[in-house]
Amino acid sequence: MNAAKRVKAVKPANDDPWVLRLYVAGQTPKSLTAFSNLKKICEEYLEDRYRIEVIDLLENPQLGRGDQILAIPTLVRNLPVPIKKIIGDLSNTEKVLVGLDIRQRVRS
Amino acid sequence: MKRAFKNLVKNRYTNGRQAQKYGASGSRSLEKSPTGIRGLDEITFGGLPKGRPTLICGTAGCGKTLMGVEFLVHGAMEYGEPGVLIAFEETEEELTKNVASLGYDLKDLVARKKLLIDYIHIERSEIEEAGEYDLEGLFIRLGSAIDAIGAKRVVLDTIEAIFSGFPNVNILRAELRRLFRWLKDKGVTAVITGERGEGTLTRHGLEEYVSDCVILLDHRVEEQISTRRLRVVKYRGSTHGTNEYPFLIDKDGISVLPVTSLGLDHKVSSERIPSGVPRLDGMLGGGYYRGSSILISGTAGTGKSSLAAHFAAAVCRTGERCLYLASEESPQQIMRNMRSIGIDLGPWVKKGILKFDAERPTLYGLEMHLLRMHKLVTGFNPHAVILDPITNYISLGDDREVKAMLIRLIDFLKTKGITGLLTTLTHGDAVAEGTTVGVSSLIDTWLLLRDVENNGERNRGLYVIKSRGMAHSNQVREFLLTAKGAELLDLYVGSEGVLTGSARAAQEAKENAAAALRRQEIERKQRELGQKRKALEAQIAALRAAHDVESQELEMGLAEERLREERLAADRVEMARIRRADVGNGGKAGKNNRKGARA
Repeated sequence: MNAAKRVKAVKPANDDPWVLRLYVAGQTPKSLTAFSNLKKICEEYLEDRYRIEVIDLLENPQLGRGDQILAIPTLVRNLPVPIKKIIGDLSNTEKVLVGLDIRQRVRS
Repeated sequence: MKRAFKNLVKNRYTNGRQAQKYGASGSRSLEKSPTGIRGLDEITFGGLPKGRPTLICGTAGCGKTLMGVEFLVHGAMEYGEPGVLIAFEETEEELTKNVASLGYDLKDLVARKKLLIDYIHIERSEIEEAGEYDLEGLFIRLGSAIDAIGAKRVVLDTIEAIFSGFPNVNILRAELRRLFRWLKDKGVTAVITGERGEGTLTRHGLEEYVSDCVILLDHRVEEQISTRRLRVVKYRGSTHGTNEYPFLIDKDGISVLPVTSLGLDHKVSSERIPSGVPRLDGMLGGGYYRGSSILISGTAGTGKSSLAAHFAAAVCRTGERCLYLASEESPQQIMRNMRSIGIDLGPWVKKGILKFDAERPTLYGLEMHLLRMHKLVTGFNPHAVILDPITNYISLGDDREVKAMLIRLIDFLKTKGITGLLTTLTHGDAVAEGTTVGVSSLIDTWLLLRDVENNGERNRGLYVIKSRGMAHSNQVREFLLTAKGAELLDLYVGSEGVLTGSARAAQEAKENAAAALRRQEIERKQRELGQKRKALEAQIAALRAAHDVESQELEMGLAEERLREERLAADRVEMARIRRADVGNGGKAGKNNRKGARA
């Protein structure tokens, strides 16, 4: 059951690009750390099948409403569905991989 | 002096209506933001601390959200302060729908940019933690909402939801502390709601961060009757009422009842108002005093309600408004019953000067009733209030509570100059001159209706037990309910005690017969006297006649005797002549003659 779900969820990711949004509020150390951590993980696990959008809420506060962003920084995986949110500076790589469902894919 | 005045003026501006009422005493040091919630501004002497966060905490369903919404709506509509509502639990649509029943049109306020509702949804399952973070997103969102409409008021309902969304409590606590600091810096008056926790005011200890003003709402159910209560737990830098105040949520929103000790300095009137029963007015020397409190006590079926209805009709007849709070009968039933004794209350109801409000006492707690009465009185502004009967409230609390409630009600009516008429049911076996809840000391005029039972029937007697400040009759009257209304009759008081009803009629008939009998007797006696006098006179006449006869006879005898004496004297002279006695010597010569002859 669990395996079936996993395959289903991950399969389209093989072909479709990953859309990742990183919400930040200005160039704070935490934001910069988060961005570099994200970049590193994507390069390592997704190669060039990903797209990162960085949204600075200080510039566009309204953009945070749709994804209900409270914590900064927040990483949102818009595609593939379902939406996943990871908060924090992404320094815990293991948790990021699990949160993005990358870890399972790699293992399988 | 000048400075005090300045202060006062300032307060009038900043604290709105309520502050005026209470002067500057409670708010000299602290600016306040009026909530516009009836009663709450009085308890807090002007409202919530301006520019500071206030915590409203309580159990589920006690009205936290509504209080927050009202704070914003009143601010937007009455005090020109736009507000932001950050809702963590309900969506904008849900909130709008929920408060629409209270007559608040949130959509309109939102459209006019007086209100901004932002629904923040936190889904724990979507969120994964990976490293350091802060809640800057929330700050930005809140900030942009505040700036968008220039908000002066903010409600966070309820911020505790973020505790479920973010597992790292340490970060959350730091961020909350920062949030409240930030809100203060922004200069907005914030209301934060929080769920009541076990042994603490809020489940997550929000009271640690919000220390300026904490209001606790409570929803208690005692004997199946729920009462909402409010308490200002703390209010830094301001005096505030410290009691638990009952509050009500109804179609007009929240209203809090300030249980202030009203003191005894209400104005008094010496104007009399009719009781509706002319002879009762007579007994009281002209009617009830305006603004006084009247108690009519009596056992079941003695005509308390009828007397109350008479009063209602009398009040309406003068064109004044009367509020009839019935707790036993429906308005229709009262009107039908009163029609049977010739009082038609219908026209007054139609005219809008008589208002009925019938509610089963068991429906609410005591406080709620008091609050409802407050609201009704304030809304209808009557000249007289009838409470028929108060006895039913006793089931809602112990005597002390009921008495406290009635004291407050009577005080409230008195300060407003409203005449209050209460009826109370006394039980047959109880002391007739005691009221079940011992309110008699609060009452100015106390009428007692009592069954007088004899001859196999019950009749009603009316007593004026007391009537402060007026000369009143100390007599018992028989109280009759006729098709033309109530009537008071003098009681028969005689050698056989107090009689009423048919016994009185019988006694009166008996008396009449006895009187007739007595009259006859007198006549007879008078006749007898006449006859006796006549007999006596006759006797006197007879005696006199006899006396006349006797005296005549006696006189005749006397004359005869005299005649005989004369004859005797004449005979002696004749004899002497015959014996030839010395004529000259007469009798002496005769003697001498006899001597000489012997010699």
